Amino acid sequence: MNIEQTITEIDIPWLALAGGMLIGLATTLFLLANGRIAGISGIVGGIVSGLLHLSWRDLDWRLAFVAGLIVSTLVWRQFFSLPDVQIQASDMMLVVAGVLVGFGTRLGSGCTSGHGVCGMARLSPRSIVATLMFMSTGFAAVYLLRHVIV
Amino acid sequence: MRKLIVLLTALISGLVFGFGLILSGMVNPAIVLAFLDIAGQWNPSLLWVMGGAVAVSAVAFFIARRRSTSFLGLPVNVPTSRVIDKRLLLGSFLFGAGWGTAGFCPGPALVMAGAGSEKAILFVIAMLAGMLLFEIAGHARNGGAAS
Repeated sequence: MNIEQTITEIDIPWLALAGGMLIGLATTLFLLANGRIAGISGIVGGIVSGLLHLSWRDLDWRLAFVAGLIVSTLVWRQFFSLPDVQIQASDMMLVVAGVLVGFGTRLGSGCTSGHGVCGMARLSPRSIVATLMFMSTGFAAVYLLRHVIV
Repeated sequence: MRKLIVLLTALISGLVFGFGLILSGMVNPAIVLAFLDIAGQWNPSLLWVMGGAVAVSAVAFFIARRRSTSFLGLPVNVPTSRVIDKRLLLGSFLFGAGWGTAGFCPGPALVMAGAGSEKAILFVIAMLAGMLLFEIAGHARNGGAAS
């Protein structure tokens, strides 16, 4: 009874924590088996770059990793139900956001996985600065879109 | 044979990464935007996701640091640059602006595109276009040298 109360008081989002640890497990496997950083923008950007320059080196494992991400909901659905997902952004906003995310992550050499998870985990100064930067502009964008330009 | 195992571990890594994004709720842009909305009903779950992922990954990097090759005998490729330059800052600035606009970053967008969400597919196509734009811009600036 006491334990239950304590858990309620702390109010830890257990699924979020467990999901995060699962992400950590994936980066661990990728690093220790393949010797690579599980930075998704870098992996996808490498595919785009490879196709553009007709260079097939490293294309196979990049495609395999992305394939894993893409089929993850199909496999998940065999065992559990998928959570509800709400995408509120308009099509126009999605296109603008997509271009910004694609260009920005390549220019800045990483996204939430490469800088936010892998970079923070090895205390890379570059990744800490990058994470603080994209979090700040993320906060600013939401503030502007939700509270200023209503 | 080793080549096949390398591809299989890459596939499983992507799959487990996707499971983590689904279980944590990060595939839902509404939850991500609720984290980024400090002036609204703030939802801190993204911090717990990052905390859990960083804690587990830190152990992996600790082990990797002591090794020159991976368990499959491949070189360990960990970035060594410590330079904080304009590219890093501007790139992260733009990424954050896009992230806050849609609530999608590359991983969750790919997972939801795989689930058949038309909006996620649209975002992914735009993201690939942004990456292509970067390649072309970089290629032009470097005078044709591969970046």
